[in-house]
Amino acid sequence: MLQQVEGSKAVARAVAACRPQVVCAYPISPQTHIVEEISRMVKAGELPGCEYVNVESEFAAMSGVIGSCAVGARSYTATASQGLLFMVEALYNVSGMGLPIVMTVANRAIGAPINIWNDHGDTMSQRDSGWLQLYAADNQEAADLHVQAFRIAEELSVPVMVCMDGFVLTHATEAVDVPDVGSVDAFLPPFVPRQVLDPDAPVSIGAMVGPEAFTEVRYLAHRRQLDALTVIPRVANEFAQHFGRTSGGLLHPYRTEGADLVVVALGSVLGTLQDVVDAQRSQGVAVGAVGLTSFRPFPYDAVRTALAGAHRVVVLERALAVGVGGIVAADVRTALVGTGVEQVTVVAGLGGRPITTASLGAMIGDAVAGRLPELTFLDLDHAVVDRELGRI
Amino acid sequence: MATTSLGMPVKFYQVGSFAVGNRLVDPALRSVQSGQERANALTSGHRACQGCGEALGARYVLDAAMRASQGRMVTVNATGCLEVFSTPYPETSWRVAWLHSLFGNAPAVATGVAAGLRALGRDDVTVVAQGGDGGTVDIGFGALSGMFERNDDVLYVCYDNGGYMNTGIQRSGATPPAARTMTTQAVGAEPGNVFGQGKDVPRIAMAHDVPYVATATVADLRDLEAKVTHAMSLRGSRYLHVLVPCPLGWGTASSDTVKVARLATESGFFPVFEAEHGVVTAVRHIRHRVPVEEYLRLQGRYAHLFRPERRDDVIARLQAIADRNIERYGLAGPVAALEVGPVGRAGALIEEGAAPGARVREV
Repeated sequence: MLQQVEGSKAVARAVAACRPQVVCAYPISPQTHIVEEISRMVKAGELPGCEYVNVESEFAAMSGVIGSCAVGARSYTATASQGLLFMVEALYNVSGMGLPIVMTVANRAIGAPINIWNDHGDTMSQRDSGWLQLYAADNQEAADLHVQAFRIAEELSVPVMVCMDGFVLTHATEAVDVPDVGSVDAFLPPFVPRQVLDPDAPVSIGAMVGPEAFTEVRYLAHRRQLDALTVIPRVANEFAQHFGRTSGGLLHPYRTEGADLVVVALGSVLGTLQDVVDAQRSQGVAVGAVGLTSFRPFPYDAVRTALAGAHRVVVLERALAVGVGGIVAADVRTALVGTGVEQVTVVAGLGGRPITTASLGAMIGDAVAGRLPELTFLDLDHAVVDRELGRI
Repeated sequence: MATTSLGMPVKFYQVGSFAVGNRLVDPALRSVQSGQERANALTSGHRACQGCGEALGARYVLDAAMRASQGRMVTVNATGCLEVFSTPYPETSWRVAWLHSLFGNAPAVATGVAAGLRALGRDDVTVVAQGGDGGTVDIGFGALSGMFERNDDVLYVCYDNGGYMNTGIQRSGATPPAARTMTTQAVGAEPGNVFGQGKDVPRIAMAHDVPYVATATVADLRDLEAKVTHAMSLRGSRYLHVLVPCPLGWGTASSDTVKVARLATESGFFPVFEAEHGVVTAVRHIRHRVPVEEYLRLQGRYAHLFRPERRDDVIARLQAIADRNIERYGLAGPVAALEVGPVGRAGALIEEGAAPGARVREV
C-alpha cells in the first residue's frame, strides 16, 4: 500500500518487515531517523523477537552485530560518514568472516571540514572492504533494496551495504509502497547461518591464518563477490515477481538506445538526470543515462553492454579520489577497455551541493560538443579557488 | 568441621601454592581441574610460552565456567597472545564455542552475542568474554565501559600481564610503574614506566555499579575457580581481573610463574578482592607479608632497580603502592583458622548451605 512517508521511516519499516533479531546502533546524522523508528517499534512491542542495543560507538555497533550474527541472529545496523569510518576495522572483519549483516549507510560527506550533507565519499572509501554496495535511486528502491539485501547477504554469506543519499532521500517524504511483513515472509526465508557459535557444536571462529592459506581465504571472498553478480539480478527478478515492481539489480539503463552520450551515475541524482535526459531528448540530443545500483561487485560486463552503443561516456561522481579524480570512473574505464568509447569524469554534489538540472544540461551540452576535459568539478567557484591558490 | 565422605575429620595439608590438596576434600568441594569431567576448554598443543600465566589462568577460568554453566557457554576472545597461541589455522586448542573478532571490540561482540542469544530464546547459554590487559584497559576500554553501563549479561575476564606481550612487550595502561618494557626502557633518570599513570580497571568497573567485580591471580587457583563459579551464578555484567605473570615480558623463570603471582599478592602490590554492586565484599588477606622487593627481585623488568646501583628511592615508591593497597582493602586482616566450618581452601569458608562449587568467602 502506498503511503506518504519519510525515506528513513520507509527504510525502518522495510527492515522491520524483514524480522531483524538484533539491531545495534549509534546515532549520526542523517541516518538517525532510521534507528529511532526501529527502536520505537522494538520498545512498543511492534517488533517481537528483536533486541535493540544502544551502543557507545559505531565501532561497538558493528562489533555487536558481529556477535549477534555469529550466533545466528539476523542482524542490522545503520550509519553514515564518520560513523562508517569509525567502524572500518570491524567492516573488514565482517566481510572476512562472511557474516551476512545488512547495513544502511545514509551517504554523507567525510570531514574535515565537517559537513553533514550528502555525497558518496563515505561508502566509496569502503570500496574494497568486501561488502556488497547497492545504491538506491529513490526511497521506493531504498526500501525494496533492504528486503533484497537480506536475501542476497544470507544466500551468499556476505555483508551488504544499502547506500541511500543522506537528507536527499533519508529526509524526503514521498509516496512509498513499504513492503509488509506478510509479503516479505513469502520472499525472505528465515536466516540459516553457514557457521554458528553454538555450545552444542563448538567451533572456533576467527582463527589466525598465515601465509599458507590467507590467499585462498581472500580468493574465496572474491569468488563470493563474483557470485553476487548472478545473485543480485536473480533476487531482483524474484522481487519483481513477488512485489510487482522493479527495484535493484545491477544497473538501470535509461533511454540509452541510440544515445551518442551516456551519463553514468549512482543514487538520487538519477531522478534529476532522467529529467535532463528527457529534456535533451526532446531537443533532439541523443543522450541517455545508466544508473548503477551495484557498485560492489562492479558489473563490468553489464556496464560494457549498457554503454556499447555510446561514443562518449560521462561518469558523474558524488565523490572524489583526491589527487586522482573519479572512483567509479576507474571501474567504468576498466569495463570499457578496448571499446574505443571516450570517457570523462565529472565530480559533482560534494558535501551536499545541489546538482541542478541547469548544471547537468550545461554539462551534457559541453560533453556533446567535446568540450569537457578529462576531469571537471561541476559548478566549481573558480574565483574562490583561484584566490586561495594565489595565496600559496 | 569439614569431613571426608566417610565422615572423618579432614586433615588438611598444604602445597606450595597454599591450595588445599583435593584428595581429602569432600568430592563436591574438589577443584574443577581435579575432575576427569573437566571441559579442557583450552586443551593441550597450543603455542603459549613455557610458564605462561595467561594459558594457566584461561584454562582454569573457562573450565570452571563450563562446569558452572554445565557446558551451556560460548566465548568471545580479544586479539592478543591468548588468541594467537591458541588458533593458528588450521589448528585450534579451544574445545568450547569460541569467537575472535578484533583487538578492541571483545566486550561489544560479547554484548551482541548475548543479545543474539536472547533474541533466539537461548537464555540457557551464557557468554564469557576474555582479553589481555591491552585489549581490556586500553583499546577495548570504551567497549568494556559500554558493556558495563548497559549491564549486558556477560562475564568479562581480563588476563593482566601488565603489557603488550604479543607485540613484543610494550607498555599498556596496566603496566606498573618502574617496569621495563620496550616502550618504557630502563634508560635515563627515571628508568622504566613512569609513576602516576595507569588505570585501575577493577575499581573503574566497580564505579559502573556492575553486579560483580573480582580480582584473582594464578597463585590461588581454587580462589580463581570459586570466583568464576560465583560470577557464573549471577546475571548482568561481571568483571574478573586475573594477574597472570608473563615469563617473557617480566623476565621471570618459567618455573616461577605461580611464585611471582603469589609474591604480588603477599606483598600487597596486587590486591585480591571481590565487590558487588560497587562495594567491596571480601578480600584475600595477606598470609605472610613480604616486602615488595621480594616480588621485584625475581623479575628482569625491575633489574634496573638493583643494578648497576640500587634504587632505594624507586623501590620505596613501589612499596608505598603496596602499602596503600593494604590499607585501602584491609589486606592485613587476620588469617582464618583452618578448622572452622566446611573449608573449600586454606583460609576460606564455603558459605553456609552453598551448593558444591559455590563461592568461597574470606573470613
